Amino acid sequence: MTSSRAPERTGSPASARASAPPLAVRRWVPAALLTVPVLFLAAFFVLPVSRIVALGLAPDGQLELGVLGRVVTDPAVRRVAWFTLWQAAASTLLTLVIGLPGAYVLSRMDFPGRNALRALVTVPFVLPTVVVGSAFLALLGPRSPVNDLLVALFGDGAPTLDLRRTVTAILVAHVFFNYAVVVRTVGGLWAHLDPRIEDAARVLGASRWRVFREITLPLLRPAIASTATIVFLFTFTSFGVVLILGGATRATIEVEIHRATTQLLDLPLASALALLQLAAVVAALAVYGRLQRTAATHRLVGATVGVRRPRTRGERAFLGANLAVIAGLLVAPLLVLVERSFVTPTGYGLANWRTLVGTQPDTLLAVAPWEAVRNSIGFGIAATVVALLVGGLAATAATLRDDRVSGLVDRALMLPLGTSAVTIGFGFLIALNRPPLDLRGSPLLVPLAQALIAVPFVVRTLVPVLRSIDQRLREAAATLGARPLRVWREVDLPIVGRAVLVAAGFSFAIAVGEFGASVFVVRAQLPTMPVAIFRLLGRPGVANFGQAMALSTLLMLVTASAILLIDRLRVGQVGRF
Amino acid sequence: MKLVHRTHRPRRGRPGPRALAAALSVALLLVACGSDDPAGDDASADGEQEDATQATDPDDATDEATDADEAADTEEADAAPASDVTLTLLTHDSFDVSSDVVAAFTEETGIDLQLAPVGDAGTLVNQAVLTRDAPQGDVLFGVDNTFLSRALEADLFVPYRSPELDAVDPRFVLDPEHRVTPIDHGDVCLNYDVAWFEERDLDVPEELADLTDPAYAGLLAVQNPATSSPGLSFLLATVERFGEDGYLDVWEQLVANDVVVTNGWSEAYYEEFSATGEGDRPLVVSYASSPPAEVYFADPQPDTAPTGVIEASCFRQIEFAGILAGTPHEEEAQQLIDFLLSPTFQEDVPLTMFVFPVREDATLPDVFVEHAVVPDDPLELDPEVIGEGRERWVEAWTTTVLRG
Repeated sequence: MTSSRAPERTGSPASARASAPPLAVRRWVPAALLTVPVLFLAAFFVLPVSRIVALGLAPDGQLELGVLGRVVTDPAVRRVAWFTLWQAAASTLLTLVIGLPGAYVLSRMDFPGRNALRALVTVPFVLPTVVVGSAFLALLGPRSPVNDLLVALFGDGAPTLDLRRTVTAILVAHVFFNYAVVVRTVGGLWAHLDPRIEDAARVLGASRWRVFREITLPLLRPAIASTATIVFLFTFTSFGVVLILGGATRATIEVEIHRATTQLLDLPLASALALLQLAAVVAALAVYGRLQRTAATHRLVGATVGVRRPRTRGERAFLGANLAVIAGLLVAPLLVLVERSFVTPTGYGLANWRTLVGTQPDTLLAVAPWEAVRNSIGFGIAATVVALLVGGLAATAATLRDDRVSGLVDRALMLPLGTSAVTIGFGFLIALNRPPLDLRGSPLLVPLAQALIAVPFVVRTLVPVLRSIDQRLREAAATLGARPLRVWREVDLPIVGRAVLVAAGFSFAIAVGEFGASVFVVRAQLPTMPVAIFRLLGRPGVANFGQAMALSTLLMLVTASAILLIDRLRVGQVGRF
Repeated sequence: MKLVHRTHRPRRGRPGPRALAAALSVALLLVACGSDDPAGDDASADGEQEDATQATDPDDATDEATDADEAADTEEADAAPASDVTLTLLTHDSFDVSSDVVAAFTEETGIDLQLAPVGDAGTLVNQAVLTRDAPQGDVLFGVDNTFLSRALEADLFVPYRSPELDAVDPRFVLDPEHRVTPIDHGDVCLNYDVAWFEERDLDVPEELADLTDPAYAGLLAVQNPATSSPGLSFLLATVERFGEDGYLDVWEQLVANDVVVTNGWSEAYYEEFSATGEGDRPLVVSYASSPPAEVYFADPQPDTAPTGVIEASCFRQIEFAGILAGTPHEEEAQQLIDFLLSPTFQEDVPLTMFVFPVREDATLPDVFVEHAVVPDDPLELDPEVIGEGRERWVEAWTTTVLRG
């Protein structure tokens, strides 16, 4: 694993890391490290989900599986399942096609404002779907700027583009939300690829496209595979986007689970759908596991090594095209929200902001914005700590001993991404309500639910970097007398510190934006920003809508600042040795 | 990930654990500040309401003073009478109450009130049914007539007849056994954009049957009854108005008349409705109290509401509260029900929740007197009839309107 191994398939995964676990790490260490992630998953995922599914399938203690057959053969369910599957696949593909060039630009090209832009593209990831849905309805509806332009060009008879309640709207919104996943996960690895391999190939006469196809792409494959899996799981369980932008005629399995649980109280149906969802997710993770197994390892370099300014006209055009995509697809919807926060019945003004910051009605559930910000940040940090602990241990174990068990745990930790928020949320309520785990009403449930979603990102970010650490460094340290813990502290941690911060930033963003399972457990007096926005949007009164937009703008600012701050922190340097 | 422009930190590695530790402390601190409950651990002794914020904080300015008071209260907890109890009120997202009203309740009874809002009315009831064996609260507020039968069938509540019920219009008392107590009512009605109809010199539709008139084609936005509470009420209104034999025909005609269906109230009201945003439809399903809300929240407040209500389209929603079976604080829960029916609370509901009090002697705020409509004879359906037909009607509606 130490040489810049040729990136073709290595056949047996073991051979790639044959020399990996020689150090004085005892055999039981990886297993011991795995206990925390395993317990975490057992208590906060397996237990709640199995309790709620069991309640649906065995209401009287007697297992009744008849409903499974009924559900699977129901044409309406099949239609929903098929739609769920293909829209997720299409969204994933589209996100990769649009996101990969963006990942390259933001990780390998140097241009003014790059860091700010990288923080900005993460913002969509945390915004509540209700708010984004509203922005997209404005951008895709008959009064959109595009249609204004068409009217300006062709007069009143111009064709109007109305994409509201279409699949296109869903796909575009999915790209909007998940662009950051590609940029951060793939871009994170891309920044550390040794550019000399590519340069060598170029010198030997390979075209740019060939270099990308035969060198860069294989090297990036583990990151692309995990990104694709994450985006697939996210869009497979899409809820708000489908509800708001897809119109009433489209539904995902997630929507149907929500409906069966919160409206129909048809638990057998909900459980059967949850199992269907789980089966699909397990299948997706199995594919992912295969892709990961054939991944090559290689040496990584410092993030700065491969970064340079665009030199040729083609490169500048490439950069420009990507910036245009970012502007149109990501920044425009954000700007709509900002603009709307300044719209008042009498034209543009600061009224919404004044009301938001100033005279809140003195009621129990009225939320001063700074309180919502404080709660969001507090829960976000707590969730980040939990996610770093659980994910960090899982990633370390996976690096120390790359076997079936740690691979299984790694994939199992991704299950919550593909599981219905309703299933997890209601599962929390009925499973964590008696000793020793009586967490009813506890604020702890919120960061736990959030961490469940953040852990896979931590693992995905840490594993590639941990695996890339030159084993000879560890061996050298050990030879010089360092004990394993000290080796970890002096060798691994400094190198992996950068990745830890990236993981922390992502975890924080996920926690701040999470509006799924945590909604079911969040308490009245500790509303987070998404919850406060949701409450404002649920009320009549144009001023409440304006305040919701102002609070959304605030959420963007908080997120962007947090990401910028975390990106600025540095712990050690990759490859500086 | 990041370009490195500056000199590197000399001591690599060290800030990592330290930063984490700092982050952890900050997180704990923030969360601790957020939950102003120094008695968290003590409270958990009775198995409920751990670490919950006390609902009695009047506002942030006095947070610290309150903290101190509460800490003092806790120390005296053992000596205090049985009234030193925290009740958890399970409710829906739309619930709210003025802080001073709750403070008065706590002062009078010694009972602290904690709120647990959980989604919409359907989610609230379903959650209560699923957690019946280990309830998440002591009192539930927010089950309405469209979900009442489910809550009653699940035996969620213990009966209690509040003496305050004497002041309530008997038409709101739907459960003769008093397992639930009516607290407020509202009406789901068609709202219209006053200016839109005036500008075009078009008559506002008078009742539901008018909506199928081609003159009103493309003007109406409704919500999906499978995902939205006002949407469900509007469907029930059509069932009541046109009968079980006729409502689907009317819906077919509405589809032909280009009705638009959104999944949630906000999308219909803020994105489709012409009076409140960028939308282009002047008719929307909302509430009878939406026009006064448009006036009340506007700054400056207009003399007349920009929206109006079509009275003959209104469907009555009554919201109830009940004492959850299994609460260890039944006596205090009864006090809470009395409080919810007290003039203080009843007169607070119009401007906090935009619904109408059930007490006949409650005074309405001016903005309601001037801009709100209380239909004399709204469309109503018996909760048992709703309970029996709800799923069937929603399913048939879905087939006709969405898959037709």
